Amino acid sequence: MLQRFRENKSMQGTFLALPTTLWLFVLLIIPLFLTMVVSFGQRSPDGDVIYSFSFDNYARLFGYSTDCPDGQASCFDSLYVNILSRSLTLAFNTTLIVILLAYPLAYFIARSHPNRRNMFLFMVLIPLWTNFVIRVYAWMMLLRKEGAINIVIGWVMNLLNIPYTPLEMLYTPGAVLVGMVYEFLPFMILPIYTSLEKIDNSLYEAAADLGANAFRTFLRITLPLSMPGVVAGTILVFIPVMGTFIVSDILGGRQVILVGNLIQRQFLDARDPTFGSAASLILMVMTLIVTYFYTRKFGFGEEIIAA
Amino acid sequence: MTSEFAVEMRDVVKKFITPEGNELNAVDHVTMQIKNGEFFSMLGSSGCGKTTSLRMIAGFEWPTEGEVYIEGKSTGHTPPFQRKVNTVFQSYALFQHMTVFQNIAFGLEMEGAKESEIKKRVGRALEMVQLTGMERRRPRQLSGGQQQRVAVARALVKTPDVLLLDEPLGALDLKLRKEMQLELKALQQQLGITFIYVTHDQEEALTMSDRIAVMSKGRVQQLATPVEIYERPVNKFVADFIGESNFLEGKIKHISGNEALVHIPVLNAEIRGMPMSNNFVNGEEVSVSIRPEKIRIAEQAAKGEGLFQAKVLTSVYIGSDTHVYADLNGTRLKVMEQNRISRLDPSSFYTKDQVITLVFMPENTLILKKD
Repeated sequence: MLQRFRENKSMQGTFLALPTTLWLFVLLIIPLFLTMVVSFGQRSPDGDVIYSFSFDNYARLFGYSTDCPDGQASCFDSLYVNILSRSLTLAFNTTLIVILLAYPLAYFIARSHPNRRNMFLFMVLIPLWTNFVIRVYAWMMLLRKEGAINIVIGWVMNLLNIPYTPLEMLYTPGAVLVGMVYEFLPFMILPIYTSLEKIDNSLYEAAADLGANAFRTFLRITLPLSMPGVVAGTILVFIPVMGTFIVSDILGGRQVILVGNLIQRQFLDARDPTFGSAASLILMVMTLIVTYFYTRKFGFGEEIIAA
Repeated sequence: MTSEFAVEMRDVVKKFITPEGNELNAVDHVTMQIKNGEFFSMLGSSGCGKTTSLRMIAGFEWPTEGEVYIEGKSTGHTPPFQRKVNTVFQSYALFQHMTVFQNIAFGLEMEGAKESEIKKRVGRALEMVQLTGMERRRPRQLSGGQQQRVAVARALVKTPDVLLLDEPLGALDLKLRKEMQLELKALQQQLGITFIYVTHDQEEALTMSDRIAVMSKGRVQQLATPVEIYERPVNKFVADFIGESNFLEGKIKHISGNEALVHIPVLNAEIRGMPMSNNFVNGEEVSVSIRPEKIRIAEQAAKGEGLFQAKVLTSVYIGSDTHVYADLNGTRLKVMEQNRISRLDPSSFYTKDQVITLVFMPENTLILKKD
């Protein structure tokens, strides 16, 4: 028996994969299955789950409503569709802005003197040592009507003798966008930096030697070779932004509700786990679809993950 | 081509700051004139300034002092992409995200060449380095030798006035390296382009070059043809660095023309007719260099040869030759003997403490400055 095991590579492989498979099963497959089961159920009047097989929750998410103003039996309610599309748009915008901000910074760090690189990277990482929620609250302090930003602008305007009414910045979609960009910036900087840093200096010299100026070297050599970092960063940023609810909760208030907030409220405030589960699954499917098409076009950024 | 010289370095100095904050002359007042169509090598151990010199010609570094001229024109701070020289890098520096074709076409695209023109020229370049049919491969899918050829083709397709090669064969195994040496030399003769070749391998430099600059500590020690460098090294450094040398201490007794009579205490003899590398004066203390292959182990001396008794320390059989290390009155000498006859009998080899007779011709020695 033992002898057979020693000689059989595929048996060894199965054996070695066993613990991982077990964890995956316990921590992912079973919870996912339960979520699915619950999402097909219905909420009882006192907030319990009635197990059934109905698509009502999904229909509701995509706008089917029986609560219609002029006595119709059913009508279209855009509330949840709007939340879904708002989340998707915000995730796209956040990812795009984060790429635009992170790339030059990562480039700067990668091309700076080796002695200083570690210090810059350290500075990128410092904010991550503070709790996520506390950092979002810090933005609240900056953005609110009596916040630091308004105080400074007001002070300057006062000096210039221009009348100034403090800007309403908090509880706007803009505030949520700023918060998201801030929170997820390091997750884009690091993979892009890694891929840029791996580009050998002789490649830049070779490009120059063959007649390419700095701009064309960047377009033809630097950018393509750093794409794995951009792809890896995009995956690291897009997926969490789609699901997070803390930033929109604190900086968006009741004005900016995302899928994450919807799910959280269904489970905690509305006590409707069936609808919350349906929303969770839809969020997951949406994220998977976007990631699928994205990675099919650009790959997974394997080189970065491997490094 | 307007100038006689493809590249000229005039009194070039390149200073670097070491990590300790000291100033270092990586290239120290170097003057070189490299002729059009010449295969020119810069030879030296690491840190001798050869690569820095090459990088200044390419435009990756700028001289701290002095000036580099390409085709008679001062280069100043002209960036690399505006110089009509191309480089083959030590690491090849191939673009991994491009195919072989795209790699070679890159330089032509930067010139704004037409697509049909690019196709034709890339095809010809591939033919030149015998890689036709590999267009669509990625550099990773090629062997080391093939990658090296792509690097050469990528540089040559631009038809540069001067091709710079920075230890291009360093990563290849010995056999392939020797093949590529001959191939590169043939390519250079066929194209008639000036090659400037940086290497630390003296055999490589001797094999390929029309002229060699032997460098050390940022300075050119000697700039001459391979034969001159080997047979008439100008100082002890060159005599020792290129090939091997036995050095014997001596004192000049009499000078006549280019030759001298030298008293050599170790040999307990005065030897007439030794050639001189520089100007010497009577009574000057000197080093006499004798190449190991120019000493013969013999029963009898021919007319005019000196004859000396020595004791064998070790004898090393290396196939084509036997290296004999012998003690001559306290000085260790190396003697090289070709194995012209196949011998299997162990007693026919030299053994430790065997007394042998060494013979050499005075004209095969060289008097060098003692340093």
